[in-house]
Amino acid sequence: MSVSRFWRKIPQRYNLIGTQCTTCGRHFFPPRSLCPDCRRSGEIVDHKFIGKGTVVTYTVIRSASDQFEHTTPYVLAIVALDEGPRLTTQVACLPEEAKIGMRVKSVFRRVAADGESGTIHYGTKFVPAE
Amino acid sequence: MRDVAVIGVGCTEFGEHWGTSFRDLFVKAGALALDDAGVTGENIDALYVGNMSAGRFVEQEHIGALIADYAGLATNHVASTRVEAACASGGLAFRQAVIAVASGMEDIVVAAGVEKMTDVGTGASVDMLASAADREWEGFAGATFPGLYAMIATDYMHRYPLTREQLAQVAVKNHENGAKNPIAQFQNRITVDTVLNSSLVADPLRLFDCSPITDGAAAVVVVPLERAREFTDSPVRVLASAQASDTIALHDRRDISTLDASVAAGKRAFSQAGLTHRDIDMLEVHDCFTIAEICAIEDLGFCKKGEAGRLTAEGATALGGEIPVNTSGGLKACGHPVGATGIKQVYEIVNQLRGEAGARQVDAEIGMAHNVGGTGATVVVHILGA
Repeated sequence: MSVSRFWRKIPQRYNLIGTQCTTCGRHFFPPRSLCPDCRRSGEIVDHKFIGKGTVVTYTVIRSASDQFEHTTPYVLAIVALDEGPRLTTQVACLPEEAKIGMRVKSVFRRVAADGESGTIHYGTKFVPAE
Repeated sequence: MRDVAVIGVGCTEFGEHWGTSFRDLFVKAGALALDDAGVTGENIDALYVGNMSAGRFVEQEHIGALIADYAGLATNHVASTRVEAACASGGLAFRQAVIAVASGMEDIVVAAGVEKMTDVGTGASVDMLASAADREWEGFAGATFPGLYAMIATDYMHRYPLTREQLAQVAVKNHENGAKNPIAQFQNRITVDTVLNSSLVADPLRLFDCSPITDGAAAVVVVPLERAREFTDSPVRVLASAQASDTIALHDRRDISTLDASVAAGKRAFSQAGLTHRDIDMLEVHDCFTIAEICAIEDLGFCKKGEAGRLTAEGATALGGEIPVNTSGGLKACGHPVGATGIKQVYEIVNQLRGEAGARQVDAEIGMAHNVGGTGATVVVHILGA
């Protein structure tokens, strides 16, 4: 991912800042600038998520793209944040620990790197909460 | 709106064509389709070419013009358009051709699909295929394409009584059909044990749950039904053409293991054709992974949610079964050159409806094609009738 493309999403990736439509109250993460329910009559503002959620589904990636090869195997999951929206994320736990319904909380972690001398991408991962 | 018919089809062998270029693959499929239709280049009004990612697989854009040129049609100034919807590019190219003819705007149109995937290494192609999902919020987290379908499988198996063995039966059945298809990449039979002993790619999906990386091209010729008899005694009618979209990311779906775009496109297609699932004699569905075939059968309404695994294990979807699914071998055994797959599905159905499918022939008068882009963000469904 290019430096500019990564850089402009730093608040979202580092601090789980998404958005909320104040017209209908719905939360968005990943952030949206247009509410799919209210569309142009929606009023969108930033929202920082607490960072707690539940695993909806998961897998263990055993064969990855080159960028992630050094971290395989890793647990990839869809996590439902307590405020409602779902996101795709890595859960830093052993493959056999992962299960549907597991409570997780967000942590700041190194996610990937563009080769040995490129940008290091930090971001949010999740760990078991209890 | 005019009724539309397919009058000719052509397809290259699917596989690793290290000795053949992107443009030569297309030219071969196009020439086969024109020969089959009995039309010449001068007759063609337009070309629609499904292609997902020539820009990254072979570093070539401007595919519409390239293909018109190497098909020998550039100096006729034929209208040529590239169509992209990830793995649904081929199905969408067919739909654009059908719309063009139905509208009365164009008369003789070629719909094609082509992808050359083996000019790059596996890691690079895994990354390119991941661009069919949400790069910023799925790819960034390390989601691969098999990984996303694996999360569908995990969710599905948590909620419905699908066993790992039943899931493997999808691959076993499709290899059985592929063994009878001379254009298939894999023409070898496999067993449930082959699938269960293959390496894990993304739990619970194993190597033999996944469609391969493939080179290939397919083309079909469509005309107004009222003109079809000028060219052939066995035109195949397009009874419905439907398309639907959904969220790009799997995590935003209403239900992780139901592709709502398949449900919507399926319903629209049945409504257009005035038919129900009981009228369909054979199905070509998008089995990029074994779980995808299970979901497709259910989402299109051929059985209730949770039943497709049992029906597959019982043989209901095999060649001699109640509703043969993926008689071609599907994406699993035929191979999956992403932009070409949707056209190859039409190619298979036309062959079946004409009674020209050889050892894998089934008794069919109406067939359905189901082509998925990404994890279900685009779905294209066609119904064809003899």
